[in-house]
Amino acid sequence: MIISFLHTFGVWLAAFLTLAIMSFLYKDNVVYKLAEYLYVGVSAGFWLIYVLFFDVKPMIVDTWMNNTGIDRYMLIIPIVLGILMLTRMVPSISYLSRIAIAFTMGISAGLGVMGAIYGMILPQVKATMLPLNNIDNLLIIIGVICTIVYFYFSKEHKGIIGGTAKIGIVYVMIAFGAAFGYTVMARISLLIGRAYFLFHDWLGII
Amino acid sequence: MTEKERGATFLEKLNNLDRRIIFVLVFCLVSLPMILKLPSQVTISPEVKKAYDYIEALPEHSIVMFSVDYDATSMPEIQPMALAMMRHAFSRNLKIILTGQIAIGMPLGTQAMEETAAVYGKKYGVDYINLGYRPGYQAVIVAMGREFRDLFANDYRGTPIDNYPMMKGVHNYGNLGCVVVLAHGGTVENWIQYAQSRFGVKLIIGTTAVGAPDYYSYLQAEQLVGLLGGMRGAAEYETLVKAPGLGLLAMAPQSWVHMAILGLILLGNVTFFLVKRKAKKVEQK
Amino acid sequence: MKQRIPLAISFVAGMFMIVSFYIPHPPLGGMEQKVLTWFAIVTGISMIVGVESLLRVNFSKTIHRRKGWGYSVILLAGCVLTLITGTIGQFKYGSPVAMESPFMYVYETMIVPLQGTMFAILSFFIASAAYRAFRARNLAATLLLLSAALVMLGRVPVGERIYSHFPQITEWIMNVPQIGAKRGIMIGAYLGAAATSIRIILGIERSYIS
Repeated sequence: MIISFLHTFGVWLAAFLTLAIMSFLYKDNVVYKLAEYLYVGVSAGFWLIYVLFFDVKPMIVDTWMNNTGIDRYMLIIPIVLGILMLTRMVPSISYLSRIAIAFTMGISAGLGVMGAIYGMILPQVKATMLPLNNIDNLLIIIGVICTIVYFYFSKEHKGIIGGTAKIGIVYVMIAFGAAFGYTVMARISLLIGRAYFLFHDWLGII
Repeated sequence: MTEKERGATFLEKLNNLDRRIIFVLVFCLVSLPMILKLPSQVTISPEVKKAYDYIEALPEHSIVMFSVDYDATSMPEIQPMALAMMRHAFSRNLKIILTGQIAIGMPLGTQAMEETAAVYGKKYGVDYINLGYRPGYQAVIVAMGREFRDLFANDYRGTPIDNYPMMKGVHNYGNLGCVVVLAHGGTVENWIQYAQSRFGVKLIIGTTAVGAPDYYSYLQAEQLVGLLGGMRGAAEYETLVKAPGLGLLAMAPQSWVHMAILGLILLGNVTFFLVKRKAKKVEQK
Repeated sequence: MKQRIPLAISFVAGMFMIVSFYIPHPPLGGMEQKVLTWFAIVTGISMIVGVESLLRVNFSKTIHRRKGWGYSVILLAGCVLTLITGTIGQFKYGSPVAMESPFMYVYETMIVPLQGTMFAILSFFIASAAYRAFRARNLAATLLLLSAALVMLGRVPVGERIYSHFPQITEWIMNVPQIGAKRGIMIGAYLGAAATSIRIILGIERSYIS
């Protein structure tokens, strides 16, 4: 009985919150603001849950308890870095957080360089080297070159460069149009999802 | 007021139509086809077929990793994909490892996996396992390339993964058939840069329609083995696995709203140019 | 010193990741794995900084009864509710996201509808914006409009019924001109990303430690 009540209450609460957010479409109002602040609060709570139980507990506490010797004591390094990161909250010693930030930025940058070159640039350039045995391949190669020229602003877009850039604009506009079409589809899909919840889970008419 | 003046006022009114009328129109066009349960059929696109064929060709008992990189903001598009693909995997007796790069999306992935596993009578730890989430994005993806246990010594409930039969001898991407990344944003690039290029992982991407256009380049470069874009991609996969769900149900409302928006764009342009022409004529007079 | 030590750490960390990419064998490979684990730990802990700021501002608003303090009470109540249910889930069921956990109830009844609807209402605005702002004023805008129209027709079943080749036209647009443009943009963007990463490692880019 309690479970059934909780289920019904939950569906009605979810429906109320859905309609509260949708009320913004008419105009900004108190109900919408309440729902918005509730969303921020619940999200903030979730971030704390995630730090405690997806990071600190499994990666520090459990690892410390389950290991011995050097494997255990090496954990002191990320613990110290984590504490240094938290000094950002105290203005008088916030400069210490730069050490932790520098560590994370250095790792990200190091991974980023190799990822960008070997994961993105080289495979994409390789994939552009297509055999010129059909019109589609030729169009792709022209598109890549002309788009890169279009975004090259160190030289004035005149003469050959200007002409190439104009072709680049054509490709870019076609791509952005396709992106707009897909974006419309995406946004409508999200509305369909919420409408399905309202009509199926809440009102039961589907 | 003369007829001409009335006409101009009507055009101007149409040009400045109250947006709330458009909102009501959109909501009606989304709701009616769903309530009326209008049927829809979709043709299968090559990129979705590639994804399906790849999973279909995996030997029985192969392990597929699903990465939950989305949350409730893109749930209507990606959750149907997750359900359809997990159904496919379980129907082929493949095993599933679930993990994720977006913490707030893990409950959705967990729900999809538990729901689908129950349908096929699959057992936790034997047929599927949930590793949970760790922060770090690219660091996690790179580290899993060497050894899962360095980050996921335990599953999402804290039980050591070595206790589970399906994780015996499973250490890194080399033991997986493929990785299915269900993502709404930038984690796809991380998977391509750090898993596919570094460890040769076979990647199938299921993403929102907003992100899908960007990933055709990777598909053409053979950095991906398949791509599902938006609710259409979900509908196509549901058709292939013969398990109609929200994806297929959504195609009718999607059709109606697309036509309406195209009609609105056409109407908007027509009224704009007519009003502009009338204003020019008045100026010339 | 306040800048030099972080710059040196950034350089060492960055160079270590680059070298271990080329020499993945022990001991560098094992060390890289350790460093990545530390990165994951520190990244997670850094989330507390953002949340602390939000909670401090709203707590202060509530205590001093400033304008809108009622909303701050709702925010803090939501945060506390999530913390309590998540903690119960962790200690009773082994994880906050276990299906039986009370946190999942909060997730399904609050987080999903709130997050989902926030983005769903964008569909209304996109329809309104399409009517009011999408004008074929020049060749570029007309091309954009045409491309959008063809893709929108090709991606839905009704488009195929109107003209059976719309899906093929959409496939061609996505696989030829769209790839040409997106790849050109991507190559440029990632060249920039690689350059920025090198600048960070070498200490030329210092905005992150200001």
